[in-house]
Amino acid sequence: MHPVEAFNVTDRGRPDGQVMVFAHGFGCDQNMWRHVAPQFEDRYRVVLFDFVGAGGARAPYDPDRYASLDGYADDVVRICRALGLRDVVFVGHSVSAMIGALAEVAAPDLFDALVMIGPSPRYLDDAGYHGGFEPADIDNLLDSLAGNYLGWSASMAPAIMGNPDRPELGEELRASFCTVDPAIAEGFARATFLADNRADLPAVSARCLVLQSREDIIASPEVGRYVADHLADASLVVLDATGHCPHLSAPGEVVDAMNDFLKVRA
Amino acid sequence: MKANATFLTWTGHESRDVVGQVRFIDLLAAGSKLFHETHFRPLLLLDGQVSEVALELLRHDGSRLPVLVNAVLDRAEDGAPGITRVAVFDATERRRYERELLAAKKRAEDAEKRMTLLARTLQETLMPPRNPWIDGLDIATAYRPAGTGDEIGGDFYDVFAVSASDWVVTIGDVAGKGVEAAAVATLVRHTIRALAISETSPATILSQLNQVVLDHPSERFCTAAVLRLRRIGDWWDVAMAAGGHPPAIVLDTDKVPRVVGEPGHLVGAFPSVAYEDIRFELRPGTTVLLYTDGVTDGRRGSELYGEERLMRLLHESVDTAEPLIGRVLDDVLAFQGQEPRDDIALVALQVPPLPD
Repeated sequence: MHPVEAFNVTDRGRPDGQVMVFAHGFGCDQNMWRHVAPQFEDRYRVVLFDFVGAGGARAPYDPDRYASLDGYADDVVRICRALGLRDVVFVGHSVSAMIGALAEVAAPDLFDALVMIGPSPRYLDDAGYHGGFEPADIDNLLDSLAGNYLGWSASMAPAIMGNPDRPELGEELRASFCTVDPAIAEGFARATFLADNRADLPAVSARCLVLQSREDIIASPEVGRYVADHLADASLVVLDATGHCPHLSAPGEVVDAMNDFLKVRA
Repeated sequence: MKANATFLTWTGHESRDVVGQVRFIDLLAAGSKLFHETHFRPLLLLDGQVSEVALELLRHDGSRLPVLVNAVLDRAEDGAPGITRVAVFDATERRRYERELLAAKKRAEDAEKRMTLLARTLQETLMPPRNPWIDGLDIATAYRPAGTGDEIGGDFYDVFAVSASDWVVTIGDVAGKGVEAAAVATLVRHTIRALAISETSPATILSQLNQVVLDHPSERFCTAAVLRLRRIGDWWDVAMAAGGHPPAIVLDTDKVPRVVGEPGHLVGAFPSVAYEDIRFELRPGTTVLLYTDGVTDGRRGSELYGEERLMRLLHESVDTAEPLIGRVLDDVLAFQGQEPRDDIALVALQVPPLPD
C-alpha cells in the first residue's frame, strides 16, 4: 500500500513552498491541526497524515512493529521519502514530538527543523526525573480506553444529549476523530507512555522549537524545560495557554510562536 | 470550577475545597486525566461538545467513582474557549455491566481463536504435511479452503508408498463442512492407507471403504479416487477407481487433455456397490491431474467454471507438475473473485520427459 493511502496523507498549500509536516499525538487524528495548519498554507507545502489505527489511516497494524515509537518514526520517514520531501519542518504534538525526534535521528537529511508541542521524553517518574506518572496510572489509562470503547460506540449513535447547537465537526469527522481500534489504542498508549527517549534528545541535529503550555498535566513545564535543555539546538517558548492541546485552545499563540521561530534563519 | 450539592455528595468533597479552588481535571483519577487530555478535551475544543465519555472521579476518601460525562464548551465572541458546562452521571452500575460485557467479549474472542486453531490443526491431518519424493514421478499438490478459510472443509488427498516402486495416490471430498466432515475425511484417508497394504485393486479398496463409511455413526458420504501406480522402467502402470469423484484428466505428450475413467458411485451412500478398475500407462512426459469438485463447481454468478473451461486451460500445456497446479488454482480463484465457494484440492503427477 502506498504511504499516501496507508496514512491518509493530505498534501495542501503552496506546492513550491518549504514543506511542513504535521503529526498528531496519541488519541486523535490530523483534524487536531485544523486551526493551525491552514495558517501556513499560503507560504508552505502543508502535509498532514494519520498514524496507523487513527482517523482514515489504512495501514495494517503489526503489534511488533508498533511496540515502540521506532515503528511510528519509521512511518514518518517512509511518508517523507515516498513524497520526496526534503528540508522538512516537522510539527509534532505530544508523543509525535518524540516520534519526530527519532525520525530526525534516523534520517537527518530529511529535516530542517522540529516544532515540538508539549513534548515529553519519558512520562514515568524516574530517579532524579519527574515525568509525572506512575506505572499504575498507565494501567488506569488502559482501563479508561477499554471503558470508553463501549461508551464511544454509544456516543456515535445520534443525539444522546440534547441538541448540540454548534456541532463544529461533521458527523463523519466526529465518527473517526478520537475513535481508534481499542487494540491499536492500547498498543499506542503502551508505546507512548512507557517510552524513555531521554537519551535520544542530544542526538537530534535539527534546530528545534519547544512549545510548552504554562500548565500541562501530561507534559509539565519542568519536562518541557528538560527537553529544551537536552536538545543540541532548541528554543523554548512557554505559552500563556493551558492544557495539553494549545494548538486547539490557543491556535493563534502557537502560530505566532512558530512564525517567530521560523523567521529566524529561515 | 463550580459544582452543585449532588456532585459534592457523590465525591465527598467539601465545597470550600473545590469551588474556585481546583479545575475539573484535578478531581479525575490519573488514567482519566490522561484520557481527558488526549481524547476528551481535544474533541471538546474541536466540536464544542462531548457526550457520554467514561471517566473516573477521585472521591475525597481516595476511592474512585465511575461516571459518564457530557460537556458543552462556551465560546467568547472571538471564539476563545470560555467555560465548560459538565453534566456528570453516576455510572457505577453501568461500568460493572460494561466490564462484564468486555469480559464476555474477550472470552468469545478467545473461544474463537481456539476454534480456529482446532480447525487448522484438524485440517492439517487431511493431507500429508509435505509431499514425498518419488523416483521417476514428479508430484505437486494444492489445497485451498472455501471462502475466507475460517471453516474447515472435507477435501483430502494422500500420497504414500506401498513399496519402493508401488505408490498409492488418493483424493476425495466428504460431504459438508465442519469438524464432523473433517473427522470422516481423516477416517477415509487412513482407512485407504490400511486397506492398501493388503489390497492391490483400487476398486476393492473403494468397496471396502464404502462399508466402513456406511458403518460410521455419522450420516456423511464422500467421493474418492484411488490410484495405484507401479513403476516399470521409465513408465508407470496405473490402476484407478473412482467413487462419485470427477474423472482424472490425462495430458499425453500430444498436449491434448483427455478425461480418463467414470465417476462411479458415491462412497458410503449405498450398501454393496461395485467399483471398477481402469488401467492406463503413464509414459514419460505424461501428466495426470486429479481434482475435487471445488474446481469445476466454482461459480461466478450463475456461471459454473466447469470441466470444459478446465480442459481449455490445460490444452497445449507444457507445464511441469508444480506450475500446472499453480495455474489451475489461480484460474479457478480468479474466476470466483478469490473467494471460492467450496474447498479446492488438486494433485498433479507427471512422469518426467526423457532427455532429448
